[in-house]
Amino acid sequence: MVPAEPEPQRIGIPAESTAGETRVAATPATVGRLAALGYEVVVEPGAGASSRFSDAAYEEAGARLGDPWQAEIVLKVNGPSSEEIGRLRDGATLIALIGPALHPELVDELARRPITVLAMDAVPRISRAQSLDVLSSMANIAGYRAVVEAAHAFGRFFTGQVTAAGKVPPAKVLVAGAGVAGLAAIGAARSLGAVVRATDPRPEVAEQVRSLGGEFLTVGVEQEVSTDGYARATSEDYDRLAAQLYAEQAADVDIIITTALIPGRPAPRLITAEDVARMKSGSVIVDMAAAQGGNVEGTVAGKAVVTDNDVTIIGYTDLPGRLPAQASQLYGTNVVNLMKLLTPGKDGRLVLDFDDVVQRSMTVVRDGEKTWPPPPVQVSAAPAPAPAGGTEPAAPSTPPAKPARPAWSPYALVGAGALALFLVTAFSPSQLIGHFTVFVLAIVIGFYVIGNVHHALHTPLMSVTNAISGIVVVGALLQIGHGNTAVNVLSFAAILLASINIFGGFAVTRRMLGMFSKG
Amino acid sequence: MTTVTASEAAYVVAALLFILSLAGLSQHRTSRSGVVWGIAGMVVALAATVGLASKSITATGLVLIAVATAVGAGIGLWRARVVEMTGMPELIAIMHSLVGLAAAFVGWNGYLDVDAGSHGGEELTGSLLGIHHAEVFIGVFIGAVTFTGSVVAYLKLSARINSRPLTLPGKHVLNVGALVAFVALTVAFVARPHIGLLIAVTVIALALGAHLVASIGGGDMPVVVSMLNSYSGWAAAASGFLLANNLLIVTGALVGSSGAYLSYIMCKAMNRSFISVIAGGFGTPAAAADEGEQGEHREISAEETAELLRDASSVIITPGYGMAVAQAQYPVAELARKLRERGVEVRFGIHPVAGRLPGHMNVLLAEANVPYDIVLEMDEINDDFAATSVVLVIGANDTVNPAATDNPASPIAGMPVLHVWEAANVVVFKRSMAAGYAGVQNPLFFRENSQMLFGDAKQRVEDILRSLDALDAPVREMAGSTR
Repeated sequence: MVPAEPEPQRIGIPAESTAGETRVAATPATVGRLAALGYEVVVEPGAGASSRFSDAAYEEAGARLGDPWQAEIVLKVNGPSSEEIGRLRDGATLIALIGPALHPELVDELARRPITVLAMDAVPRISRAQSLDVLSSMANIAGYRAVVEAAHAFGRFFTGQVTAAGKVPPAKVLVAGAGVAGLAAIGAARSLGAVVRATDPRPEVAEQVRSLGGEFLTVGVEQEVSTDGYARATSEDYDRLAAQLYAEQAADVDIIITTALIPGRPAPRLITAEDVARMKSGSVIVDMAAAQGGNVEGTVAGKAVVTDNDVTIIGYTDLPGRLPAQASQLYGTNVVNLMKLLTPGKDGRLVLDFDDVVQRSMTVVRDGEKTWPPPPVQVSAAPAPAPAGGTEPAAPSTPPAKPARPAWSPYALVGAGALALFLVTAFSPSQLIGHFTVFVLAIVIGFYVIGNVHHALHTPLMSVTNAISGIVVVGALLQIGHGNTAVNVLSFAAILLASINIFGGFAVTRRMLGMFSKG
Repeated sequence: MTTVTASEAAYVVAALLFILSLAGLSQHRTSRSGVVWGIAGMVVALAATVGLASKSITATGLVLIAVATAVGAGIGLWRARVVEMTGMPELIAIMHSLVGLAAAFVGWNGYLDVDAGSHGGEELTGSLLGIHHAEVFIGVFIGAVTFTGSVVAYLKLSARINSRPLTLPGKHVLNVGALVAFVALTVAFVARPHIGLLIAVTVIALALGAHLVASIGGGDMPVVVSMLNSYSGWAAAASGFLLANNLLIVTGALVGSSGAYLSYIMCKAMNRSFISVIAGGFGTPAAAADEGEQGEHREISAEETAELLRDASSVIITPGYGMAVAQAQYPVAELARKLRERGVEVRFGIHPVAGRLPGHMNVLLAEANVPYDIVLEMDEINDDFAATSVVLVIGANDTVNPAATDNPASPIAGMPVLHVWEAANVVVFKRSMAAGYAGVQNPLFFRENSQMLFGDAKQRVEDILRSLDALDAPVREMAGSTR
């Protein structure tokens, strides 16, 4: 490492300007971890106020209060306003939720400045990048909050009870889309005691739904298993049967939480106005896809509306922001993980490596040059352009292949062995051939007998073969007592040694096997 | 029926009983009867041999046999009773050395018996005599290699000598040279038997055995021990050829192939060729000097671990040699029991080369009363890590190193490992941040989802047990106050 000591770069944490945004890109806890990477952290006064992090707490964690826009690196939650873009210094790096696919005009505007921009919502879905995946961490919070919002609007218990004042049936919750958000919602609703059902076009998530205590409703048409971890558009057949299922369920359940999103497209319409009309009065729908047009007919993005038949449709788009401290902490941790990746030297110098698919995929502007869209990522899905509820992390990395041996090598080995055996045997006296036959067959038998041994019994096997190999005592027994003193002495010693083996080996094996017990 | 045919028949029966014995040991259900078959086979074989021998030997000889057997039995049973389960590798290694030594003695006797004149049996002539000489040589050679090899393995395993691989300059040349010398001496001995040649080959074999094992490091001991097991079998088989005794040949071959197969399993688990382990080479020493630290690790306290475990729905424990060293199997078993009582699914994931002996971890866990059906093999459990809340890595390092799958440049690339990092949380019990046996830094420690719990594994697990009880206590008080 070169001992040149350049100034550490500064990281700026501005207060969010978007109306209603309660999150902040760094918490006191993550500030400490950024500082540990060698950066100087500058926090705008009051940046953490809506998330209940005081300026004093930031200072205590090692940050300085000041103008964050002077910093070389700016960490934000939401995409910047035009005014904010103007305040960035030349050569700065901005890291925020950009939504490059949904907001191409924002990308163009950013590309007019000589800056570098990384989109936190463009993390490729590969296992290595999971720790940066804001969409998953935010979806998790949103799913939980959706249930809390529903419970708030729903004028009843979630759990069933038998009380002196009568029996209360449990609430029935339908979760449409079992991605990260959907699964979080299933878990939260189950914890409150509700009966939870879930649907998803991907049959492989059924197990995850059941593991959280939910019931998986199948539509009855086989869907393709998702290869890239994302839900995709469904077939017409499927849609028809699904509509029927939703119609039936709408009449039965009390709460519907919809999370269905398809990357790069408006949210699919799952619940029609007729379905809503069929619901019981007092029922609640939480449409988590409201920002992308909504899964429910009648959703108003950002608002809760009540229909004529007294069904509340909640279309809040800021569900993660409604748990600001938690959301900021998770977002901040995702950002720290990104900064770790971008700071290979831990010296407070940001280095962008375009050979790394994660960094390449997230970069939408580099030095004023538009780099969106990135080349498709192999192994895994294309980056997600929007908060994708109906998705699940997937795509394990493949282990490196072992260099294969030439195909002929086993044949050559067996051939050579057979030839050697043939020659040795052919030139042996007849008496030896008999022994050879026995020897070779015994090896083969031994190999097959041992081949099935349970892995847990390897040690007992070893000690029993040890005892058995004490059979060499037979040789010594046949040699002893023929007069020659030297032979007698050696034989005596051999018998003694082999006896230790025989008795000790069997005894210790019995002792070990006695310990193995079934649960 | 003569005494000779009777003893031959008994040998056939004994050989079959030994095969039954090994077959029985392949399953838990039949393993105990397997030992009974083995003992029965041994009794039959010994009875037949003594019957056969008693025809021709003196009363003194019989007394000698009785005394030697009694003394050997006494020592063997005593060692078997007092040995600690953590000390199994040492015991097995030293037992291999006894077989090797006994086989070498039998080989020497074969020479003294025939060539020193006092031959009791039929006369050997011509090519048969030549073969006899070759057999003497081979028997002594294998026996002596097994003897010193096992002794060195024993010393390494019991930490009486440093377990680091010994790297003499030109070690491969030394090994090959010893083998060439053996072949040359054999030819010379067959042509003109002389006691000096026999002494020379014995010395060479003793040196070769010691050097072979000395140049293999501690982490490769599972392979070495099973390899020596195999050698002790071949030594017995060589004695069988020497004495024209089919029982010895069959038994030796059975033991030899069993050891070879176990060595093969172990090598496969380390993604290495048998030859490279035996030749004492593991990667290159240069590869061990990795770039050092690869990031920042996080520490966790025993209390926090206890909370993590309390809230977990499933836990997998992956023990390694460190658990054996710290004698932590009892508290670990207690932890598993407590968690299971709370409804947490607890399982153990065992890497094939965990420990210093094939199956060592299983024996330790069995000793601590962990039911064997929750102790799973790597292949059985590797797919389940992704759905696991907490993994406890206790004294394992290289066997849980993600570099083996992620980093093709790593010295351990391609070695099958336990995929612990796929779990939601990984707690690594470790003494310090030192690298594992392979000298490779472990990126697992720097992963986002892993945390380090430093200190003696036994004490730490006991701390966790106490914390778990402490976490329970307030709950009980509350339950009491409602009454």
